[in-house]
Amino acid sequence: MAEPVIVVGAGPAGTRAAQRLLQAGLRPVVIDENERQGGQIYRRQPENFIRPAEKLYGTEAARARALHADFESLRPHIDYRPGTTVWGVADEGLLSVRGSAITVQPFSAIIIASGATDRIMPLPGWTTPGVYSLGASQIALKAQACAIGGTPVFMGTGPLLYLVAWQYLRAGVTPAAVLDTSSLATRLRGLRGMMSRARVVVNGVRYMADLMRAGVKLHAGITPQRIEGREDGVTGVLWQDSRGRLRRTACDAVGTGYGLRAETQLADLLKCDFMFDRRFTQWRPQVDLDGRTSRQDVYLAGDGVLLRGADAAEAAGRLAACALLQDRTLPVATDEIEGLRGVIATMDRFAGGLAGAFPWPAHLAAALPDETVVCRCENVTAGDIRHAATALDSPEINRAKALMRPGMGRCQGRMCGLAAAEILAAARGVPVEQVGRIRTAAPLKPLPLDCRITP
Amino acid sequence: MNAFAREPARADVIIVGGGFMGAATAFFLRTHGLSVILLERDLIGQAASGTNFGNVRRQGRYLPQLPLANRSRDIWGRLPELIGEDAEFLPGGHIRVTTRAEDGARLEQYARDCKPWGLDLTMMTGDQARAMFPMVGPDIHTVSYSPHDGHANPRLAAPAFGRAARRAGAQVVEQTEVTSIMKDSVDFIIETKDGGRYHAPLLQISSGAWGRSMAASFGEDVPMAPQGPQMGVTEPLPYRIQPVIGSASSVTEEGVYLRQVKRGNIVFGGGRRSSADLVTKRARLDPMNTLRQMPHLARLVPAMARLRVIRTWSGVEGYVQDSLPIMGPSDRVSGLFYAFGFCGHGFQLGPGVGATMAELIATGQTDIPLEPFHVGRFQRNMEHRDAP
Repeated sequence: MAEPVIVVGAGPAGTRAAQRLLQAGLRPVVIDENERQGGQIYRRQPENFIRPAEKLYGTEAARARALHADFESLRPHIDYRPGTTVWGVADEGLLSVRGSAITVQPFSAIIIASGATDRIMPLPGWTTPGVYSLGASQIALKAQACAIGGTPVFMGTGPLLYLVAWQYLRAGVTPAAVLDTSSLATRLRGLRGMMSRARVVVNGVRYMADLMRAGVKLHAGITPQRIEGREDGVTGVLWQDSRGRLRRTACDAVGTGYGLRAETQLADLLKCDFMFDRRFTQWRPQVDLDGRTSRQDVYLAGDGVLLRGADAAEAAGRLAACALLQDRTLPVATDEIEGLRGVIATMDRFAGGLAGAFPWPAHLAAALPDETVVCRCENVTAGDIRHAATALDSPEINRAKALMRPGMGRCQGRMCGLAAAEILAAARGVPVEQVGRIRTAAPLKPLPLDCRITP
Repeated sequence: MNAFAREPARADVIIVGGGFMGAATAFFLRTHGLSVILLERDLIGQAASGTNFGNVRRQGRYLPQLPLANRSRDIWGRLPELIGEDAEFLPGGHIRVTTRAEDGARLEQYARDCKPWGLDLTMMTGDQARAMFPMVGPDIHTVSYSPHDGHANPRLAAPAFGRAARRAGAQVVEQTEVTSIMKDSVDFIIETKDGGRYHAPLLQISSGAWGRSMAASFGEDVPMAPQGPQMGVTEPLPYRIQPVIGSASSVTEEGVYLRQVKRGNIVFGGGRRSSADLVTKRARLDPMNTLRQMPHLARLVPAMARLRVIRTWSGVEGYVQDSLPIMGPSDRVSGLFYAFGFCGHGFQLGPGVGATMAELIATGQTDIPLEPFHVGRFQRNMEHRDAP
């Protein structure tokens, strides 16, 4: 086959996929939206920054170093395109853009390793300056050596909440509080699945212990009420504790997130079949054990399809490459495939435990006051979505979008889409999967109108 | 619920297809006091009606279509009193602009020809146009200005008519696919996928690109094919562009158009069209077409080059061979009416088509000339061609 294999993404999954393809003698094109390889969790600092890996990645420093080093050894042998965003699919090939330069890249197959972003739950006041996603809070620290504030509150749910709070503590910023919507009882129920990776659980407990020792209050089973602020930024968070008492925590920034949301838009543009994943309460492309989609030339790996974390992503990237090689009847040892599947199965049990321990609090979306902004690009409120649901009789999210604009702005619903669907479903009294998902359209990210195709 | 156990539903008129034409016809039929059942396969106004550019443009139309377009323009201005909302109609004018001398001459000619049809256009040089509309680019010379045209939101208009029809007493049935249409000696008998049966002595087919097969089932085939117009929208910026700006170029790729909505985004379309599929109900947006549109948009409004495109889309539209719709009574079956195949220029006509079809169905006549849109025109041409 004359056309190359394209790997989209250069985090743990994309890197391992490219490495395995190269081992088999294929020279993949690797398209990376970041300026440097590493993805999110192993995001690299800019070239002239010199903090050591131990400071940046903590317990995962060895894995990060290995992933970066392995990539550097691949780099001369692959076609690596950093700072390049995939935005569309045409008959002529995959369309990407760097600055204003468009590339049309024909391909024989694509491995998508597009990762995930925070899953966001809107809240009164969440558009106040000083409110960040947990991922953005982490990027500020890792890539720019900045903190989002001097006394931040981290609020939401999921393991990232504690990891980010701990990383801030280590960087010299003591969080004002960590507020988790998941109760202790709920977390205990998820513990069984999580014990498949005891080391990770021990790390998590250590983060919590370090935070508590530093005097950071960790509250479980809370209900967020409002982020308070002035024009120039956040002043505090109003929340309800597990016993229903209203409390206020003063802070100058908020990092928030409720688990992750797979970045599935490219698979959607490529017309892969989707399914509703009850475990992660979101839509995702359908894949077999090894990452094959409904389309014979498209493979998926990592958090861009199943939210199983970075270690699983490395295995899944390699496995998707093996699947592709097998499909081309190139030799792949059965042992390798079995081994990778085994690794992923463990991670999968763990991910299931996590999803149970830190569930997506859909009921919070249903309870948002009407005046709360949900789609911040288009300034669409929860009340607007309810109006679309009832007075305008929208049975599904794309109809609600057409009539009231949620998800119609710059981010195309990537941030607000899941919460908007919950609000619509609650207003219609149906399960969230019945209201569907926002259709994906090109460009996947805003595209400059002065762009030009470059050969 | 067992639909088979139900008595067939009856009305004076059944409309198959709840796009803009069907929804508007249903609404106006109620003002004539006729009972109406509107059957829509998906949701009101979802296909071409909801995905088109949103032009409320008369200039440039086929001249004998102007009486219909003028009637429609009048209704656009009265939407709040008629249906209780304005569908974001902005009568900020419409300019057709040219960069080539030969296209300029065509505009001049059209401005003279359309006057007797009740449309007054103002011709401008490029400099005159730039004095009035400073966003227009330096390459533009001849400009034709239609001050009372404008644009509206296609996502809102047809659903608004659907809701108004329902409030006025029409039975609007969504998510119900028609599987067969028959006629006995008195009534049309419509069957739907969910087992529903609907009877009426009068029937309008207004199912857009899907109208062809329905008309063909009555022996009236029309040369029509589905295609997808290519649309896009930029990020928002302060509202400055009042008129719709459209290229009058005779070169397909150059034929782009744009409008700014009050929210600030610039909606655009034009140039090549792509394929559309009647089975999957999807029209393809070819991103290469978006790339082709970009330099031509920037030529009309150079400031656009600094913006970003945030979304593109298409929709399934029926294009008839002679670029005119199928509208009016059937040639073969009494009580049967058509309003489909509007070839990408139906949005402006929607309210007028609804009012005119309702009038025709309710009273048997209308002052609006519909002969050029008659379904039999191809048959007659064919017979003519076949004659020795």
